[in-house]
Amino acid sequence: MKKQQYDAVIVGAGHNGLVAACYLQRAGLKVLVLEKNPHIGGATTSISRYENFTYSNCSYVYSLFRQEIARELELYKFGLQVIPYEGGAQIIKNADGSYDSMGSYWHGDANRREVERFNKRDATAMERLDRDIVRQCKFIKPLLMRTPPDPTSFKPRDLMELLYLGQRFYGIGKQRMHETLRFYTMSVADYLNEYLENDALKSYLAGGATVGTALGVYSPGTAYVLLHHAMGDIDGTVGAWGFPRGGMGSVSKALNDSFIASGGTVRVDAGVSDFIVEKGKVKGVKLESGESLSANLVVSGMDVRRTFNAIDPNELPKWVIERAKHFRFRGSSGKINIALDSLPSFKGIPANSPCMTGDIHISQSMDELELAYDDWKAGKWSQKPYLDILIPSLIDPTMVPEGKHWMSVFVQYCPYKLAEGEWNETRKQAFGQHIIDRIARYSPDFKDKILHREIRTPKDIENETGMSEGNIFQGELTMDQLIFNRPIPGYAQYRSPIAGLYMCGSSNHPGGGVMGAPGANAAREVLLDLGKGK
Amino acid sequence: MNSPLNAIIIGAGHNGLTCAAYLARAGQSVLVLEAATEVGGLARNRIVANGEQLSSAAHLLHSLPQNIIKDLQLEKHGLHYAAQHLKTVSLNKDGATIVLNKQLAMGDQLSSADLLGYDRFYLDMQRFSKALLPVLGKVAPEIAIEDWRQKLDLLGLGWSIRKLGTFYMREFLRIIGMNLYDLMDEYIENTQLKAAIAMDALLGSEWGARSMGSVLTYLYRQAGELRNNTGLALPSGGMGTVSQAIAKSARQSGADIRCNSPVKHIIIDNNKAVGVVLETGEKIYADTVISNADPKQTFLKLINPDHLGTNFVRQVNNLRAKGKAGKLHLVLSQKPSFTGLDDSLLGERLVIAPGMDDIELAFNPSKYKRYPDSPILEIILPSVRDDSLCQNGQQLLSAVVQYLPYDDSTDEDQNRTAMLKVIIETLEEYAPGISDLITTAELLTPRDIEREFGISGGHWHHVELVFESFLFNRPTPLLTRHATPIDNLLLCGASCHPGGNVMGIAGRNAAQQVLRGEK
Repeated sequence: MKKQQYDAVIVGAGHNGLVAACYLQRAGLKVLVLEKNPHIGGATTSISRYENFTYSNCSYVYSLFRQEIARELELYKFGLQVIPYEGGAQIIKNADGSYDSMGSYWHGDANRREVERFNKRDATAMERLDRDIVRQCKFIKPLLMRTPPDPTSFKPRDLMELLYLGQRFYGIGKQRMHETLRFYTMSVADYLNEYLENDALKSYLAGGATVGTALGVYSPGTAYVLLHHAMGDIDGTVGAWGFPRGGMGSVSKALNDSFIASGGTVRVDAGVSDFIVEKGKVKGVKLESGESLSANLVVSGMDVRRTFNAIDPNELPKWVIERAKHFRFRGSSGKINIALDSLPSFKGIPANSPCMTGDIHISQSMDELELAYDDWKAGKWSQKPYLDILIPSLIDPTMVPEGKHWMSVFVQYCPYKLAEGEWNETRKQAFGQHIIDRIARYSPDFKDKILHREIRTPKDIENETGMSEGNIFQGELTMDQLIFNRPIPGYAQYRSPIAGLYMCGSSNHPGGGVMGAPGANAAREVLLDLGKGK
Repeated sequence: MNSPLNAIIIGAGHNGLTCAAYLARAGQSVLVLEAATEVGGLARNRIVANGEQLSSAAHLLHSLPQNIIKDLQLEKHGLHYAAQHLKTVSLNKDGATIVLNKQLAMGDQLSSADLLGYDRFYLDMQRFSKALLPVLGKVAPEIAIEDWRQKLDLLGLGWSIRKLGTFYMREFLRIIGMNLYDLMDEYIENTQLKAAIAMDALLGSEWGARSMGSVLTYLYRQAGELRNNTGLALPSGGMGTVSQAIAKSARQSGADIRCNSPVKHIIIDNNKAVGVVLETGEKIYADTVISNADPKQTFLKLINPDHLGTNFVRQVNNLRAKGKAGKLHLVLSQKPSFTGLDDSLLGERLVIAPGMDDIELAFNPSKYKRYPDSPILEIILPSVRDDSLCQNGQQLLSAVVQYLPYDDSTDEDQNRTAMLKVIIETLEEYAPGISDLITTAELLTPRDIEREFGISGGHWHHVELVFESFLFNRPTPLLTRHATPIDNLLLCGASCHPGGNVMGIAGRNAAQQVLRGEK
């Protein structure tokens, strides 16, 4: 075993691992990041695999990344530049077969006028809906960067945190408390039904609430995901979504550059197979190559299943192994990146509409979205999936040749376990073709412009990024797997049962999405234990 | 009429009757007004074919607390059991039945891992239902605690969870918000066994087993049997006898109960409820008006909207109250024979729920207002254990059918006929030859239940028993603790905490609130 040269070893150069690495390095530790792939970034990459077209391979939009982290790690200084996109469009097929679209605009009045075209009452209700979602956001936002308390513990820090949370909750007043409880337990469909009438508008808003989940729009517990509409910000523009120039890989690159500039070291092609543990303490890591590195502070960016699988079971309490085994990861999303010879047209969306720079949606009704979920439950990819379609090249010219475009298509639902058998190349291509056929129904010239397609099923996502079962959040985000339950009740504060072994990935609070919060929170806990914290 | 009544209760459902009985015991003068010809609401009988009595809706007793039985002397007033501690038998087309008897699961196809898993599951769930029990019996505390009594109640809830110890407290906090499908996967593999268990969570619910809240409804149902010592029981003479016993008790304490007296609206004066007007035009005044009807009936039918705020009306309108449980009533010329079912088990609780995916397939269409191709059923043959019900070897079959949509289309009648056919075909698959034994068949859809019993949406719990309308939020934030925005107007039915099932708890708690002066 090589003599210990590093104060801390981070396993996995996903965005959370890199965030944790940056904070620890800046706090004065000598940090080494080990990454199994030849590239860094995990699911936050922009790698070119076709001529000179670059795609944001997995994650594709930026909003939820904590601005405090971006500023503290000086990501903008290290080249991160995020371009917010204008809005979006919901294509609507009329009863007479003609097409229209409901655009989404940043400008409040423009948006209102647009909704009014379809339903005057909804236009007014949208203001109430936005206000109420923002209210819920304000309540929950600070909690993202706080370590969850252990409600069973009598330790001062946990009691203080419970008190803080209790006061925060009671502080919003009686009516808001009731509303908040309902918001976190209702289905997105029921929640929107209390405000809106127009089915297409509801679908536009609700579809996003099912992204990455094993739930449908009618499932209780999906309403709170509406928060993502207002939780993020780009440079102070609250609720904005955008594209990092150069694709999502720019986020990882900026993190990497910030890390290296502080003196950190990254080794790629260095996958970790095991954590070396003796008598409940971590001693180092063993690489897939067989090489061993000694370290008594290790932070795992892998999801909880892979993290615990790399620990000798004799070192773990049986109940912990049970819990980790039952942490649910069911992948439900697919991703298709498509290189286009030129810009396709969409039925119902006027040519050159600014809405084209935003998210384009084709699901026509809430029932259609729910049926897509029923397909997933039956082990099939959705016949009529929810698609989040974006053409980033409309506002970021750096990723593809001039005049050409690339389209990002996020698909909900696509199962990790197919009822008909294992994923193979044939099934994968069939899935990709099905999605392209779906899009072609709303874009007649689409197929002719396709130059290349890059398809990812949950199986591909798992193989490439290590995220178990292709679950994009490193674990489902349901009540039993959130806050003090994430990833395991009793070990939900970034520490594993092994002394010196921490966890910093999205399997920890507050969960997935390109947020950086788990990484930052984990680093804070490490520093707290080292006596360097606040 | 000289001195006004202390209380008028609208609706003689079992909760209204229980409320009347408790108020009368405390010396209050009470009048119960029932629209139908007899008392009981969803806990009453109907006459089928040749005069046989059959439970109209609720057909099994499991959650009636021992202390209510004792307080109201229900056994003295006619509550008897034809059978207690019924087992649950999951039927199988090939005869591979599974029998559940409390902690014990029996079935040839069950592996030893599953037998152990079931045992562990049962014990864990018992532990958690016990922890919930205190809060399920009391009036729900307010979220913004106002008085010392509520503080104690909330602390009591916290304490009963803390008492579980660190490991189980953590487990409780983890599983309470889960769905039963995923939770059972942590214990058991056999899908037929899981489906048999899941029935307890699903009957009366609009959700499938994969929806968040199904663990809550499961624990809610399990908690019921912790309140008495008769387990899953069959009341002699049908569920109607239970309501009759409560009515007798109420009358003995001095309450007056009038049937065939539908209420037209509630008289409100200066935001205070002062009485009611009957359909006949008769006006009756009282200090307090208590409604056993569901919130939509109460506020949207019996009260002039001028008296209610817009926000409140919106909340009531948004209540989830579309039932998905239907009821099947069959008269059979003789005992049917279910494949693989020993005759000795014919009197138990029989379920047709082949597996978890079948439950999901039965549930999915209801989301789109469609009927299931293969419904799931909870069946009892009350006449097997209760020979007072039938003569000449005839048998009665009573079944709860899920998931039927609330059908307000113009094809309602054809749909019902078609669905009845599907149900009988389903039964035929499990009991070959049963269709030839049927002399009378009747299916009540949720819409039928709405019309016959006057409950919005025909909903079992009046308002869906789900987190968003539970405890602090049941049935809505403005209707907690039995109170309403109108002074001296209370609710006492299943829409109140804790919820539905034949329990009488909501009725008793409403009476308690009146006696405490919290109205």
